[in-house]
Amino acid sequence: MLLKFLAVATKFSKETYLYWYELMQLIRTFELTAEEKYKMEGKIRGFFHAYVGQEAIAAGCMTATKPEDIFITAYRDHGLAVAKGVSVDSCMAELYGKATGCAKGKGGSMHFFGKEQHFFGGHGIVGAQIGTGTGLAFAENYKGTDNVVLCFFGDGAARQGILHESFNLAMLWKLPVIYICENNNYAMGTSVERTSNIHDIYKLGAAYEMPSEVVDGMNPETVHDAVAKAVKRAREKNGPTLLEIKTYRYKGHSISDPQKYRTKDEVDEYKSKDPINLLRKSMLDGQLATEAQVKEIDTRCDEVVAASVKFAEESPFPSDDEVLKDVYVDQDYPFIVD
Amino acid sequence: MARSIAFREALREAMSEEMRRDERVFLMGEEVAEYNGAYKVSQGMLAEFGEKRVIDTPISELGFTAVGVGAAQNGLRPVVEFMTWNFAVLALDQILNTASKMLAMSGGQISCPIVFRGGNGSAGQLGAQHSTAFEALYANIPGIKVVSPSTPYDAKGLLKQAIRYEEDPVMFMESEVMYGDKMEVPEEEYYIELGKADVKRPGTDVTIISFNKMMKVALSAAAELEKEGISAEVIDLRTIRPLDMETILASVRKTNRLVIVEEQWPFASVSSEISYRVQKDAFDYLDAPIRRITAADAPLHYAPNLVAAALPDVPRTVKLVKEVMYLKK
Ligand SMILES: Cc1ncc(C[n+]2csc(CCOP(=O)(O)OP(=O)(O)O)c2C)c(N)n1
Ligand SMILES: [Mg+2]
Repeated sequence: MLLKFLAVATKFSKETYLYWYELMQLIRTFELTAEEKYKMEGKIRGFFHAYVGQEAIAAGCMTATKPEDIFITAYRDHGLAVAKGVSVDSCMAELYGKATGCAKGKGGSMHFFGKEQHFFGGHGIVGAQIGTGTGLAFAENYKGTDNVVLCFFGDGAARQGILHESFNLAMLWKLPVIYICENNNYAMGTSVERTSNIHDIYKLGAAYEMPSEVVDGMNPETVHDAVAKAVKRAREKNGPTLLEIKTYRYKGHSISDPQKYRTKDEVDEYKSKDPINLLRKSMLDGQLATEAQVKEIDTRCDEVVAASVKFAEESPFPSDDEVLKDVYVDQDYPFIVD
Repeated sequence: MARSIAFREALREAMSEEMRRDERVFLMGEEVAEYNGAYKVSQGMLAEFGEKRVIDTPISELGFTAVGVGAAQNGLRPVVEFMTWNFAVLALDQILNTASKMLAMSGGQISCPIVFRGGNGSAGQLGAQHSTAFEALYANIPGIKVVSPSTPYDAKGLLKQAIRYEEDPVMFMESEVMYGDKMEVPEEEYYIELGKADVKRPGTDVTIISFNKMMKVALSAAAELEKEGISAEVIDLRTIRPLDMETILASVRKTNRLVIVEEQWPFASVSSEISYRVQKDAFDYLDAPIRRITAADAPLHYAPNLVAAALPDVPRTVKLVKEVMYLKK
């Protein structure tokens, strides 16, 4: 591991590593804290899908893109929202259903949004955002920008028909979209092997001659490299890329998942490859950070998340008349109220 | 002999009994087999029937719905589970453009005996995309039937009927929040005909019509009203399409007042349809305008207070009943 790290270390600055580490730690602290609030205090409700284990993907994608590039994902959206800069306060407040949340308390865990941060959500229907993300890219192309879209979806979502229609359209029109399949090996209780004859999801791109590759998702360096290459291709108007990024979720599918479909040994094996632990070790071994620096980051993450909990708890719920707000842009819409 | 079983067990018994009886019946859907069902409705069914007949699918709603629709046309009697009806929207093409129209398009040659079932409507703070109640939407479609039971007993009898005797596509709408509800259900086999409403509570002063989990609101409101000396008759529709107008009209002719409680969006909802038909066929019997409580005319938001404000509840139902009775407060 260390050797591999040193081999590419020259490409990335110390700051990059520190940024990666802080972002990944921030996401994890956010998730673990929120999950505790869900379980212990019941202040967060609904479905809750944690990003724990997948943080290196968010980190690598961030350094390979610019702020104007769009991210769109499914319901496992907390990590990518935080990465794009949707404030931690507003993310936590959203989980609490508060008016100060990043969707005014209307979206909840599955529907984080931050238009200003170019984060287009937060989608609950498996696979839907593969098509929507393609449309976001169509608009960038149409407007003549050099922005690209990172369109995230799970291994389970890869079995929806919309993937094929989207791939075909994106190749036909050479749209600036990078399809990122976060393959954590499970769709709820169903392993990848049980959903298709094709176990290597990246191979699905081949039918459309879309450049496609498989990427180690436990390391922000490998993620960065693959995404940067794809982003360059897209910015230069050479069309989409499919990246199958191999990762693992340490938590259940959602909070209520008893996880009988996998063994503790399997989870432990992946925990030994924990992206945050590996990164920390690499940074310390490679003298890119001191113990003190790492500690300082850890503490800062704890403080930021603790402050977000306080912010969320002290924020008000939306007022009841919000029920009929944000349904139409049209302010005079005549709702049926009786 | 009756014993107390949960809603999910009643559904499971219905499917298992029909599968034991008829080789052509099989169950297909996401997580129905190895995971024993996302909501444990199909628990143990893989063990009993094997993987030929209890079939896990990938997340491919349009695809597996189409497979079910094709299989139904070709001699099988599929039961297709949607994890929730929200996800069936992806498969609407197969349901609306193929299943519902096969018999008509083929001049009566090819029917489509298939049952689609799953959780429907809101289930707490699940946000806009996991909370839609679809009865009215599907009830708009000629060629299919729509069932939406409120009790384990009804659910079992209706589901058995749908699987065994219905030759047309049936949409069977359950509720995630009712799967744990328990009730005495006979051990002996029974069937309940589709298209028959059930008077769950007889009364004389006012009729309250509801279905699915909103029946709880209707019945609780009736109990409240009784304390104030108001006798409400509560009708559980059980089947939305076809509507049992006979039972509805008989009740309205007796009570002369009607309140409908449902979780649909208001525009062209089940209450809209009932109101039209009641005013047409029992106009002279009505002593007050028909009133209704529906879900708010909006997607369901996440915040707990917005969920509460958007859905029908007991106080609003009680108030509305008093309004149609022209009682003060
Ligand atoms: C169309 C649709 N079908 C089913 C579901 C229920 N569901 C939610 S998440 C999920 C599994 C998705 O797995 P995957 O795409 O691998 O993403 P992951 O949860 O692993 O991030 C399922 C079946 C849904 N939300 N939408
Ligand atoms: Mg997955």
